[in-house]
Amino acid sequence: MRLGLVIDLDVCVGCHACAIACKEWNASGATAPLTDYQPYGAEPSGVWFNRIRSYEVGDYPNNKTINFPMSCMHCEDADCVTVCPTGASYKRAEDGIVLVDQTKCMGCNYCSWACPYGARELDRESGTMKKCTLCVDRIYDQKIPMEERQPACVLTCPAHARMFGDIDDPDSAVSRVVRERGGYQLMPELGYNPTNHYLPVRKATPISTENMGKAGFKDRLKNIANRIVKR
Amino acid sequence: MHPAFSVIFFTVSSGAGFGLFALLYLADLLKLGGGLPVEQKLIAGLLALVLVGAGLTSSMFHLANPKNAWRAFSRYRTSWLSREGVFAMVFFPFALIYLALTWLQLPAFEWLRLVTGGLGALLAWITIFSTGMIYGCLKTIRQWNSPLVPANYLALGHFTGALILLAIASQGGVALGGYIALVLALLVAAAALKAIYYFWIANPGTGSTIQTATGFTRGKVRLLDTGHTHGTFLTQEFGFQIARKYALALKLFVFLIGFLVPALLLTTGQDTGFGIYAAVITALLGMVAERWLFFAEARHVVNLYHGTQRC
Ligand code: SF4
Ligand code: SF4
Ligand code: SF4
Repeated sequence: MRLGLVIDLDVCVGCHACAIACKEWNASGATAPLTDYQPYGAEPSGVWFNRIRSYEVGDYPNNKTINFPMSCMHCEDADCVTVCPTGASYKRAEDGIVLVDQTKCMGCNYCSWACPYGARELDRESGTMKKCTLCVDRIYDQKIPMEERQPACVLTCPAHARMFGDIDDPDSAVSRVVRERGGYQLMPELGYNPTNHYLPVRKATPISTENMGKAGFKDRLKNIANRIVKR
Repeated sequence: MHPAFSVIFFTVSSGAGFGLFALLYLADLLKLGGGLPVEQKLIAGLLALVLVGAGLTSSMFHLANPKNAWRAFSRYRTSWLSREGVFAMVFFPFALIYLALTWLQLPAFEWLRLVTGGLGALLAWITIFSTGMIYGCLKTIRQWNSPLVPANYLALGHFTGALILLAIASQGGVALGGYIALVLALLVAAAALKAIYYFWIANPGTGSTIQTATGFTRGKVRLLDTGHTHGTFLTQEFGFQIARKYALALKLFVFLIGFLVPALLLTTGQDTGFGIYAAVITALLGMVAERWLFFAEARHVVNLYHGTQRC
Protein backbone atom coordinates (compact mmCIF):
# COMPACT_ATOMS: atom_id res chain seq x y z
CA MET A 1 0.00 0.00 0.00
CA ARG A 2 1.23 3.45 -0.86
CA LEU A 3 -1.04 6.17 0.46
CA GLY A 4 -0.90 9.72 -0.80
CA LEU A 5 -2.75 12.63 -2.31
CA VAL A 6 -3.69 13.65 -5.83
CA ILE A 7 -4.13 17.38 -6.37
CA ASP A 8 -6.30 18.62 -9.22
CA LEU A 9 -4.75 21.86 -10.45
CA ASP A 10 -7.64 22.33 -12.85
CA VAL A 11 -10.14 22.98 -10.09
CA CYS A 12 -8.08 24.32 -7.18
CA VAL A 13 -9.32 27.84 -6.54
CA GLY A 14 -6.53 28.75 -4.11
CA CYS A 15 -8.84 29.36 -1.16
CA HIS A 16 -6.37 28.01 1.46
CA ALA A 17 -9.19 26.05 3.13
CA CYS A 18 -7.08 22.87 3.10
CA ALA A 19 -4.22 24.66 4.82
CA ILE A 20 -6.55 25.95 7.53
CA ALA A 21 -8.24 22.56 8.00
CA CYS A 22 -4.81 20.94 8.19
CA LYS A 23 -3.67 23.38 10.84
CA GLU A 24 -6.90 22.94 12.79
CA TRP A 25 -6.73 19.15 12.78
CA ASN A 26 -3.01 18.80 13.42
CA ALA A 27 -2.81 21.47 16.10
CA SER A 28 -4.27 18.76 18.33
CA GLY A 29 -2.95 15.74 16.44
CA ALA A 30 0.05 13.43 16.68
CA THR A 31 2.72 16.11 16.13
CA ALA A 32 0.89 18.94 17.89
CA PRO A 33 1.24 21.80 18.49
CA LEU A 34 1.98 23.70 15.29
CA THR A 35 3.53 26.72 16.96
CA ASP A 36 2.73 30.21 15.72
CA TYR A 37 5.21 33.03 16.19
CA GLN A 38 3.72 36.50 16.70
CA PRO A 39 0.24 35.42 15.51
CA TYR A 40 -1.15 38.89 16.21
CA GLY A 41 2.14 40.77 15.83
CA ALA A 42 3.74 42.66 13.00
CA GLU A 43 5.51 39.64 11.54
CA PRO A 44 3.17 36.65 11.83
CA SER A 45 4.75 33.32 11.02
CA GLY A 46 4.48 29.72 12.12
CA VAL A 47 4.54 26.02 11.36
CA TRP A 48 2.27 24.77 8.56
CA PHE A 49 2.12 21.36 6.91
CA ASN A 50 0.40 22.58 3.80
CA ARG A 51 1.07 25.74 1.83
CA ILE A 52 -0.63 27.12 -1.26
CA ARG A 53 1.24 29.21 -3.78
CA SER A 54 -0.05 30.81 -6.96
CA TYR A 55 1.73 31.01 -10.29
CA GLU A 56 1.12 32.67 -13.62
CA VAL A 57 1.93 30.42 -16.55
CA GLY A 58 2.49 31.77 -20.07
CA ASP A 59 2.37 35.33 -21.37
CA TYR A 60 -0.71 37.49 -21.84
CA PRO A 61 -3.13 36.79 -23.51
CA ASN A 62 -2.23 33.12 -23.33
CA ASN A 63 -1.60 33.18 -19.60
CA LYS A 64 -3.28 31.40 -16.77
CA THR A 65 -3.22 31.58 -12.99
CA ILE A 66 -2.64 28.24 -11.32
CA ASN A 67 -2.99 27.69 -7.60
CA PHE A 68 -0.58 25.18 -6.25
CA PRO A 69 -1.02 23.45 -2.87
CA MET A 70 1.97 21.55 -1.52
CA SER A 71 2.35 19.23 1.43
CA CYS A 72 4.61 16.22 2.02
CA MET A 73 4.68 13.98 -1.07
CA HIS A 74 5.41 10.84 1.01
CA CYS A 75 8.17 10.02 -1.46
CA GLU A 76 9.05 6.43 -2.28
CA ASP A 77 12.79 7.26 -2.24
CA ALA A 78 12.64 9.78 0.57
CA ASP A 79 16.13 11.15 1.18
CA CYS A 80 14.75 13.03 4.19
CA VAL A 81 14.55 9.65 5.92
CA THR A 82 17.92 8.38 4.66
CA VAL A 83 19.84 11.41 5.92
CA CYS A 84 18.23 11.61 9.38
CA PRO A 85 21.00 10.71 11.86
CA THR A 86 18.74 9.97 14.82
CA GLY A 87 16.18 7.71 13.21
CA ALA A 88 13.45 10.19 14.12
CA SER A 89 12.34 10.36 10.47
CA TYR A 90 10.93 7.14 9.19
CA LYS A 91 8.79 5.74 6.41
CA ARG A 92 6.15 3.22 7.37
CA ALA A 93 6.52 -0.08 5.55
CA GLU A 94 2.80 -0.83 5.61
CA ASP A 95 1.45 2.30 3.89
CA GLY A 96 4.46 4.45 2.90
CA ILE A 97 3.59 7.36 5.18
CA VAL A 98 6.66 9.41 6.16
CA LEU A 99 6.62 10.59 9.77
CA VAL A 100 8.86 12.24 12.36
CA ASP A 101 9.06 10.72 15.83
CA GLN A 102 8.91 13.85 17.98
CA THR A 103 10.56 12.11 20.92
CA LYS A 104 13.70 11.25 18.92
CA CYS A 105 14.28 14.35 16.76
CA MET A 106 17.24 16.54 17.76
CA GLY A 107 16.31 19.47 15.51
CA CYS A 108 19.37 19.40 13.25
CA ASN A 109 17.36 20.52 10.18
CA TYR A 110 19.28 18.08 8.00
CA CYS A 111 16.12 16.33 6.71
CA SER A 112 14.67 19.67 5.61
CA TRP A 113 17.82 20.24 3.55
CA ALA A 114 17.23 16.89 1.85
CA CYS A 115 13.56 17.59 1.03
CA PRO A 116 13.12 19.22 -2.39
CA TYR A 117 9.49 20.13 -1.77
CA GLY A 118 9.77 22.29 1.34
CA ALA A 119 7.52 19.90 3.23
CA ARG A 120 9.43 20.00 6.53
CA GLU A 121 9.40 22.88 8.96
CA LEU A 122 11.22 23.16 12.25
CA ASP A 123 9.09 24.11 15.25
CA ARG A 124 11.35 26.58 17.06
CA GLU A 125 9.35 26.13 20.26
CA SER A 126 9.67 22.35 20.60
CA GLY A 127 12.95 22.22 18.69
CA THR A 128 11.71 19.36 16.54
CA MET A 129 10.96 18.86 12.87
CA LYS A 130 7.31 18.75 11.81
CA LYS A 131 5.56 17.78 8.64
CA CYS A 132 2.34 16.48 7.08
CA THR A 133 1.32 13.20 8.70
CA LEU A 134 -1.19 12.35 5.98
CA CYS A 135 -3.54 12.64 8.95
CA VAL A 136 -2.43 9.23 10.13
CA ASP A 137 -4.38 9.85 13.34
CA ARG A 138 -7.57 10.19 11.33
CA ILE A 139 -7.50 7.86 8.33
CA TYR A 140 -7.33 4.74 10.54
CA ASP A 141 -9.71 5.96 13.25
CA GLN A 142 -12.26 3.19 13.75
CA LYS A 143 -14.52 5.49 15.77
CA ILE A 144 -15.48 7.85 12.95
CA PRO A 145 -17.69 6.96 9.97
CA MET A 146 -15.94 5.29 7.04
CA GLU A 147 -16.36 8.25 4.69
CA GLU A 148 -14.67 10.55 7.19
CA ARG A 149 -11.53 8.43 7.42
CA GLN A 150 -9.72 10.80 5.10
CA PRO A 151 -7.21 13.61 5.64
CA ALA A 152 -8.69 16.85 6.96
CA CYS A 153 -7.53 18.80 3.90
CA VAL A 154 -9.25 16.37 1.52
CA LEU A 155 -12.54 16.47 3.42
CA THR A 156 -12.62 20.23 3.60
CA CYS A 157 -11.69 21.20 0.04
CA PRO A 158 -14.77 22.95 -1.40
CA ALA A 159 -13.61 22.38 -4.99
CA HIS A 160 -12.82 18.68 -4.53
CA ALA A 161 -9.31 19.40 -5.72
CA ARG A 162 -7.75 16.91 -3.33
CA MET A 163 -8.09 13.15 -3.48
CA PHE A 164 -6.72 10.57 -1.09
CA GLY A 165 -5.98 6.95 -1.83
CA ASP A 166 -3.62 4.11 -2.62
CA ILE A 167 -1.38 4.85 -5.59
CA ASP A 168 -0.09 1.26 -5.58
CA ASP A 169 -3.52 -0.16 -6.37
CA PRO A 170 -4.07 0.31 -10.13
CA ASP A 171 -7.85 0.25 -9.68
CA SER A 172 -8.07 2.84 -6.91
CA ALA A 173 -9.82 6.11 -7.73
CA VAL A 174 -6.54 8.04 -7.40
CA SER A 175 -4.61 5.68 -9.71
CA ARG A 176 -7.37 5.83 -12.27
CA VAL A 177 -7.58 9.61 -12.31
CA VAL A 178 -3.77 9.90 -12.53
CA ARG A 179 -3.84 7.57 -15.53
CA GLU A 180 -6.75 9.26 -17.28
CA ARG A 181 -5.76 12.87 -16.68
CA GLY A 182 -2.00 12.50 -17.12
CA GLY A 183 -1.14 13.08 -13.47
CA TYR A 184 2.51 13.88 -12.88
CA GLN A 185 5.13 14.14 -10.12
CA LEU A 186 7.10 17.29 -9.27
CA MET A 187 10.84 17.49 -10.05
CA PRO A 188 11.03 13.88 -11.26
CA GLU A 189 14.68 14.50 -12.23
CA LEU A 190 15.72 14.38 -8.56
CA GLY A 191 14.54 10.78 -8.31
CA TYR A 192 12.52 10.99 -5.07
CA ASN A 193 9.54 9.29 -6.73
CA PRO A 194 6.90 11.26 -4.81
CA THR A 195 3.61 9.50 -4.10
CA ASN A 196 1.54 12.66 -4.47
CA HIS A 197 0.58 13.45 -8.05
CA TYR A 198 -0.70 16.61 -9.69
CA LEU A 199 -3.40 16.66 -12.35
CA PRO A 200 -2.69 19.24 -15.06
CA VAL A 201 -5.09 21.93 -16.13
CA ARG A 202 -7.55 20.59 -18.71
CA LYS A 203 -7.65 21.96 -22.22
CA ALA A 204 -10.73 24.17 -22.36
CA THR A 205 -12.21 25.91 -25.39
CA PRO A 206 -12.59 29.58 -24.51
CA ILE A 207 -16.14 30.89 -24.57
CA SER A 208 -16.35 33.34 -27.44
CA THR A 209 -17.18 36.96 -26.67
CA GLU A 210 -17.78 37.80 -30.34
CA ASN A 211 -21.35 38.00 -31.76
CA MET A 212 -22.97 38.41 -28.40
CA GLY A 213 -26.02 39.95 -30.10
CA LYS A 214 -27.13 43.58 -30.11
CA ALA A 215 -26.77 45.57 -26.90
CA GLY A 216 -30.04 46.12 -25.05
CA PHE A 217 -31.40 49.46 -23.80
CA LYS A 218 -29.62 49.13 -20.45
CA ASP A 219 -26.27 48.44 -22.12
CA ARG A 220 -26.69 51.35 -24.52
CA LEU A 221 -27.33 53.67 -21.57
CA LYS A 222 -24.22 52.28 -19.84
CA ASN A 223 -22.13 52.87 -22.96
CA ILE A 224 -23.28 56.49 -23.13
CA ALA A 225 -22.49 56.96 -19.45
CA ASN A 226 -19.09 55.37 -19.95
CA ARG A 227 -18.28 57.80 -22.74
CA ILE A 228 -19.31 60.81 -20.61
CA VAL A 229 -17.57 59.86 -17.38
CA LYS A 230 -13.81 60.32 -17.66
CA ARG A 231 -11.84 57.67 -15.76
CA MET B 1 21.43 28.59 2.38
CA HIS B 2 21.61 30.54 5.57
CA PRO B 3 25.26 30.44 6.74
CA ALA B 4 25.12 29.39 10.41
CA PHE B 5 28.23 30.40 12.35
CA SER B 6 28.21 27.25 14.49
CA VAL B 7 28.46 25.04 11.40
CA ILE B 8 31.14 27.24 9.79
CA PHE B 9 33.29 27.05 12.92
CA PHE B 10 32.61 23.32 13.28
CA THR B 11 33.77 22.42 9.77
CA VAL B 12 36.81 24.73 9.73
CA SER B 13 37.98 23.76 13.21
CA SER B 14 37.43 20.00 13.03
CA GLY B 15 38.84 19.88 9.46
CA ALA B 16 42.05 21.57 10.61
CA GLY B 17 42.20 19.29 13.68
CA PHE B 18 41.86 16.07 11.68
CA GLY B 19 44.31 17.34 9.04
CA LEU B 20 46.78 18.25 11.76
CA PHE B 21 46.56 14.85 13.39
CA ALA B 22 46.95 12.88 10.15
CA LEU B 23 49.95 14.98 9.07
CA LEU B 24 51.50 14.79 12.56
CA TYR B 25 51.36 11.03 12.29
CA LEU B 26 52.94 11.02 8.83
CA ALA B 27 55.66 13.47 9.93
CA ASP B 28 56.30 11.28 12.96
CA LEU B 29 56.41 8.08 10.92
CA LEU B 30 58.74 9.51 8.26
CA LYS B 31 60.79 11.53 10.81
CA LEU B 32 60.26 14.67 8.73
CA GLY B 33 63.00 17.28 9.31
CA GLY B 34 64.91 14.84 11.54
CA GLY B 35 61.89 13.92 13.66
CA LEU B 36 59.84 16.13 15.95
CA PRO B 37 60.78 16.24 19.65
CA VAL B 38 58.26 14.49 21.91
CA GLU B 39 57.07 17.80 23.35
CA GLN B 40 56.15 19.14 19.90
CA LYS B 41 54.36 15.91 18.98
CA LEU B 42 52.28 16.16 22.15
CA ILE B 43 51.44 19.83 21.56
CA ALA B 44 50.39 19.10 17.98
CA GLY B 45 48.41 16.04 18.98
CA LEU B 46 46.59 17.74 21.84
CA LEU B 47 45.87 20.81 19.75
CA ALA B 48 44.38 18.54 17.09
CA LEU B 49 42.10 16.98 19.69
CA VAL B 50 41.10 20.42 21.00
CA LEU B 51 40.27 21.65 17.49
CA VAL B 52 38.19 18.56 16.76
CA GLY B 53 36.48 18.70 20.15
CA ALA B 54 35.72 22.41 19.85
CA GLY B 55 34.31 21.84 16.37
CA LEU B 56 32.04 19.03 17.51
CA THR B 57 30.86 21.04 20.51
CA SER B 58 30.11 23.99 18.28
CA SER B 59 28.04 21.79 15.97
CA MET B 60 25.85 21.01 18.98
CA PHE B 61 24.86 24.68 19.13
CA HIS B 62 23.25 24.21 15.75
CA LEU B 63 20.72 21.77 17.19
CA ALA B 64 17.28 22.95 18.24
CA ASN B 65 16.81 20.00 20.59
CA PRO B 66 20.30 18.99 21.81
CA LYS B 67 19.01 16.62 24.47
CA ASN B 68 18.49 14.04 21.73
CA ALA B 69 21.98 14.53 20.25
CA TRP B 70 23.15 11.17 21.55
CA ARG B 71 20.71 9.51 19.17
CA ALA B 72 22.71 10.89 16.22
CA PHE B 73 25.08 7.91 16.47
CA SER B 74 22.34 5.45 15.65
CA ARG B 75 21.74 5.76 11.91
CA TYR B 76 25.30 5.34 10.61
CA ARG B 77 24.09 2.84 8.05
CA THR B 78 22.37 5.49 5.93
CA SER B 79 23.22 8.98 7.21
CA TRP B 80 26.53 10.74 6.57
CA LEU B 81 25.83 13.05 9.50
CA SER B 82 25.58 10.04 11.77
CA ARG B 83 28.71 8.48 10.22
CA GLU B 84 30.62 11.69 10.78
CA GLY B 85 29.78 11.59 14.48
CA VAL B 86 30.57 7.88 14.85
CA PHE B 87 33.94 8.11 13.07
CA ALA B 88 34.88 11.21 15.07
CA MET B 89 34.10 9.37 18.31
CA VAL B 90 36.04 6.25 17.28
CA PHE B 91 38.96 8.53 16.34
CA PHE B 92 39.43 9.81 19.89
CA PRO B 93 40.52 6.59 21.68
CA PHE B 94 43.07 5.76 18.96
CA ALA B 95 44.45 9.29 18.99
CA LEU B 96 44.62 9.27 22.78
CA ILE B 97 46.45 5.92 22.95
CA TYR B 98 48.91 7.16 20.31
CA LEU B 99 49.57 10.36 22.25
CA ALA B 100 49.83 8.57 25.59
CA LEU B 101 52.41 6.13 24.20
CA THR B 102 54.25 9.02 22.57
CA TRP B 103 54.45 10.65 25.98
CA LEU B 104 55.50 7.48 27.86
CA GLN B 105 58.12 6.50 25.23
CA LEU B 106 57.97 2.76 25.92
CA PRO B 107 60.18 0.93 23.37
CA ALA B 108 58.24 -2.30 23.91
CA PHE B 109 55.03 -0.61 22.77
CA GLU B 110 56.43 1.37 19.83
CA TRP B 111 54.55 -0.95 17.42
CA LEU B 112 51.27 -0.23 19.23
CA ARG B 113 51.98 3.50 19.11
CA LEU B 114 52.48 3.38 15.35
CA VAL B 115 49.46 1.16 14.74
CA THR B 116 47.04 3.25 16.82
CA GLY B 117 48.42 6.45 15.29
CA GLY B 118 47.96 5.00 11.83
CA LEU B 119 44.38 3.98 12.57
CA GLY B 120 43.77 7.45 14.05
CA ALA B 121 45.06 9.06 10.85
CA LEU B 122 42.87 6.76 8.75
CA LEU B 123 39.82 7.65 10.84
CA ALA B 124 40.71 11.34 10.52
CA TRP B 125 40.64 11.02 6.73
CA ILE B 126 37.37 9.09 6.77
CA THR B 127 35.80 11.65 9.12
CA ILE B 128 36.73 14.65 6.95
CA PHE B 129 35.37 12.76 3.96
CA SER B 130 32.14 12.15 5.88
CA THR B 131 31.86 15.84 6.75
CA GLY B 132 32.13 16.66 3.06
CA MET B 133 29.57 13.99 2.18
CA ILE B 134 27.02 15.52 4.60
CA TYR B 135 26.78 18.26 1.98
CA GLY B 136 27.89 16.32 -1.09
CA CYS B 137 25.08 13.76 -0.87
CA LEU B 138 22.22 16.29 -1.07
CA LYS B 139 20.53 16.14 -4.46
CA THR B 140 18.54 19.24 -3.57
CA ILE B 141 21.54 21.60 -3.77
CA ARG B 142 23.37 21.59 -7.09
CA GLN B 143 26.35 23.55 -5.71
CA TRP B 144 26.97 20.81 -3.15
CA ASN B 145 26.01 17.65 -4.98
CA SER B 146 29.52 17.11 -6.34
CA PRO B 147 32.55 14.92 -5.56
CA LEU B 148 34.51 18.17 -5.47
CA VAL B 149 32.90 18.96 -2.10
CA PRO B 150 34.50 16.15 -0.03
CA ALA B 151 37.70 16.68 -2.05
CA ASN B 152 37.68 20.36 -1.02
CA TYR B 153 37.06 19.49 2.62
CA LEU B 154 39.98 17.03 2.63
CA ALA B 155 42.36 19.43 0.85
CA LEU B 156 41.49 22.46 2.99
CA GLY B 157 41.62 20.50 6.25
CA HIS B 158 45.07 19.20 5.39
CA PHE B 159 46.32 22.59 4.21
CA THR B 160 45.34 24.33 7.46
CA GLY B 161 46.51 21.32 9.50
CA ALA B 162 49.92 21.42 7.78
CA LEU B 163 50.28 25.13 8.55
CA ILE B 164 49.56 24.57 12.24
CA LEU B 165 52.01 21.65 12.26
CA LEU B 166 54.64 23.93 10.73
CA ALA B 167 53.99 26.56 13.39
CA ILE B 168 54.48 23.96 16.13
CA ALA B 169 57.54 22.41 14.45
CA SER B 170 59.15 25.85 14.19
CA GLN B 171 59.46 25.80 18.00
CA GLY B 172 61.09 22.36 18.05
CA GLY B 173 64.50 22.91 16.54
CA VAL B 174 63.91 20.66 13.53
CA ALA B 175 64.79 21.36 9.90
CA LEU B 176 61.71 23.18 8.59
CA GLY B 177 62.32 22.67 4.84
CA GLY B 178 60.20 19.53 4.65
CA TYR B 179 57.34 21.08 6.64
CA ILE B 180 57.28 24.17 4.44
CA ALA B 181 57.34 22.02 1.30
CA LEU B 182 54.41 20.04 2.73
CA VAL B 183 52.40 23.21 3.37
CA LEU B 184 53.12 24.59 -0.09
CA ALA B 185 52.22 21.34 -1.85
CA LEU B 186 48.93 21.12 0.04
CA LEU B 187 48.29 24.82 -0.54
CA VAL B 188 48.62 24.39 -4.30
CA ALA B 189 46.39 21.31 -4.30
CA ALA B 190 43.74 22.96 -2.10
CA ALA B 191 43.72 26.21 -4.11
CA ALA B 192 43.50 24.30 -7.39
CA LEU B 193 40.60 22.15 -6.16
CA LYS B 194 38.76 25.24 -4.87
CA ALA B 195 39.30 27.03 -8.17
CA ILE B 196 37.91 24.03 -10.06
CA TYR B 197 34.91 23.99 -7.70
CA TYR B 198 34.15 27.68 -8.26
CA PHE B 199 34.53 27.19 -12.00
CA TRP B 200 32.23 24.18 -11.91
CA ILE B 201 29.36 25.70 -9.96
CA ALA B 202 29.40 28.87 -12.08
CA ASN B 203 27.89 26.83 -14.92
CA PRO B 204 24.19 26.28 -14.28
CA GLY B 205 24.26 22.89 -16.01
CA THR B 206 21.04 20.91 -16.40
CA GLY B 207 19.57 21.33 -12.95
CA SER B 208 15.99 21.82 -11.83
CA THR B 209 14.02 24.86 -12.96
CA ILE B 210 10.76 26.47 -11.93
CA GLN B 211 9.24 24.52 -14.85
CA THR B 212 10.28 21.07 -13.61
CA ALA B 213 9.39 22.09 -10.05
CA THR B 214 5.81 22.92 -10.98
CA GLY B 215 5.39 20.72 -14.03
CA PHE B 216 4.27 23.72 -16.12
CA THR B 217 6.71 23.08 -18.92
CA ARG B 218 4.82 24.80 -21.72
CA GLY B 219 5.68 28.39 -20.94
CA LYS B 220 7.15 30.95 -18.65
CA VAL B 221 6.24 30.53 -14.98
CA ARG B 222 6.06 33.47 -12.59
CA LEU B 223 5.26 33.46 -8.91
CA LEU B 224 2.13 35.48 -8.12
CA ASP B 225 1.73 34.73 -4.44
CA THR B 226 3.92 32.89 -1.94
CA GLY B 227 0.97 32.02 0.27
CA HIS B 228 2.52 33.32 3.48
CA THR B 229 2.24 36.69 5.19
CA HIS B 230 5.69 36.97 6.62
CA GLY B 231 8.76 34.71 6.35
CA THR B 232 8.55 30.97 7.01
CA PHE B 233 11.05 28.38 8.14
CA LEU B 234 11.72 27.80 4.45
CA THR B 235 12.57 31.41 3.65
CA GLN B 236 14.71 31.73 6.78
CA GLU B 237 16.67 28.55 6.19
CA PHE B 238 16.92 28.53 2.40
CA GLY B 239 16.06 32.02 1.23
CA PHE B 240 19.49 33.55 1.85
CA GLN B 241 21.07 34.89 -1.31
CA ILE B 242 24.33 36.64 -1.94
CA ALA B 243 24.81 39.24 -4.68
CA ARG B 244 27.17 38.18 -7.42
CA LYS B 245 29.60 41.01 -6.81
CA TYR B 246 29.94 40.22 -3.09
CA ALA B 247 30.49 36.56 -3.89
CA LEU B 248 33.23 37.57 -6.31
CA ALA B 249 34.85 39.85 -3.73
CA LEU B 250 34.79 37.04 -1.17
CA LYS B 251 36.34 34.61 -3.64
CA LEU B 252 39.16 37.08 -4.18
CA PHE B 253 39.54 37.31 -0.40
CA VAL B 254 39.72 33.52 -0.13
CA PHE B 255 42.47 33.29 -2.72
CA LEU B 256 44.43 36.35 -1.60
CA ILE B 257 44.23 36.00 2.18
CA GLY B 258 43.71 32.26 2.37
CA PHE B 259 46.27 31.10 -0.16
CA LEU B 260 48.45 33.84 -1.69
CA VAL B 261 49.53 35.65 1.48
CA PRO B 262 50.55 32.43 3.31
CA ALA B 263 52.39 31.28 0.17
CA LEU B 264 54.26 34.58 -0.08
CA LEU B 265 55.09 34.61 3.63
CA LEU B 266 56.56 31.13 3.45
CA THR B 267 58.52 31.61 0.22
CA THR B 268 60.01 35.07 0.73
CA GLY B 269 62.16 34.35 3.75
CA GLN B 270 59.49 35.13 6.36
CA ASP B 271 59.46 31.50 7.41
CA THR B 272 60.36 32.06 11.01
CA GLY B 273 58.25 32.74 14.08
CA PHE B 274 56.07 35.72 13.29
CA GLY B 275 55.79 35.02 9.56
CA ILE B 276 54.55 31.47 10.15
CA TYR B 277 51.99 32.55 12.74
CA ALA B 278 50.79 35.29 10.41
CA ALA B 279 50.40 32.66 7.68
CA VAL B 280 48.32 30.46 10.00
CA ILE B 281 46.03 33.33 10.92
CA THR B 282 45.47 34.62 7.39
CA ALA B 283 44.89 31.08 6.11
CA LEU B 284 42.28 30.42 8.80
CA LEU B 285 40.58 33.75 8.01
CA GLY B 286 40.51 32.72 4.37
CA MET B 287 38.99 29.37 5.32
CA VAL B 288 36.20 31.00 7.36
CA ALA B 289 35.37 33.17 4.35
CA GLU B 290 35.51 30.11 2.11
CA ARG B 291 33.12 28.20 4.37
CA TRP B 292 30.73 31.14 4.71
CA LEU B 293 30.61 31.39 0.93
CA PHE B 294 30.12 27.63 0.63
CA PHE B 295 26.80 28.05 2.44
CA ALA B 296 25.87 31.44 1.03
CA GLU B 297 26.26 30.28 -2.57
CA ALA B 298 24.28 27.08 -2.12
CA ARG B 299 20.81 27.42 -3.62
CA HIS B 300 18.23 24.90 -2.47
CA VAL B 301 15.62 23.81 -5.03
CA VAL B 302 12.77 24.82 -2.71
CA ASN B 303 13.53 28.40 -3.80
CA LEU B 304 12.02 27.46 -7.16
CA TYR B 305 8.62 27.39 -5.47
CA HIS B 306 9.30 30.89 -4.21
CA GLY B 307 9.85 32.23 -7.69
CA THR B 308 13.52 31.55 -8.49
CA GLN B 309 13.75 30.54 -12.15
CA ARG B 310 16.60 28.06 -11.79
CA CYS B 311 18.91 26.87 -9.04
S1 SF4 C 1 8.14 15.49 0.31
FE1 SF4 C 1 10.02 15.92 1.46
S2 SF4 C 1 9.50 15.38 3.56
FE2 SF4 C 1 7.94 14.41 2.28
S3 SF4 C 1 8.77 12.34 1.88
FE3 SF4 C 1 9.40 13.63 0.16
S4 SF4 C 1 11.46 14.32 0.74
FE4 SF4 C 1 10.47 13.58 2.63
S1 SF4 D 1 15.74 17.50 12.30
FE1 SF4 D 1 15.05 15.66 13.43
S2 SF4 D 1 14.00 14.40 11.90
FE2 SF4 D 1 15.24 15.92 10.79
S3 SF4 D 1 17.21 14.91 10.35
FE3 SF4 D 1 17.47 16.03 12.29
S4 SF4 D 1 16.95 14.53 13.86
FE4 SF4 D 1 16.15 13.70 11.94
S1 SF4 E 1 -2.95 15.06 4.84
FE1 SF4 E 1 -3.40 15.93 6.88
S2 SF4 E 1 -1.41 16.62 7.61
FE2 SF4 E 1 -1.18 16.32 5.40
S3 SF4 E 1 -1.63 18.32 4.45
FE3 SF4 E 1 -3.57 17.20 4.53
S4 SF4 E 1 -4.53 17.82 6.46
FE4 SF4 E 1 -2.35 18.38 6.58
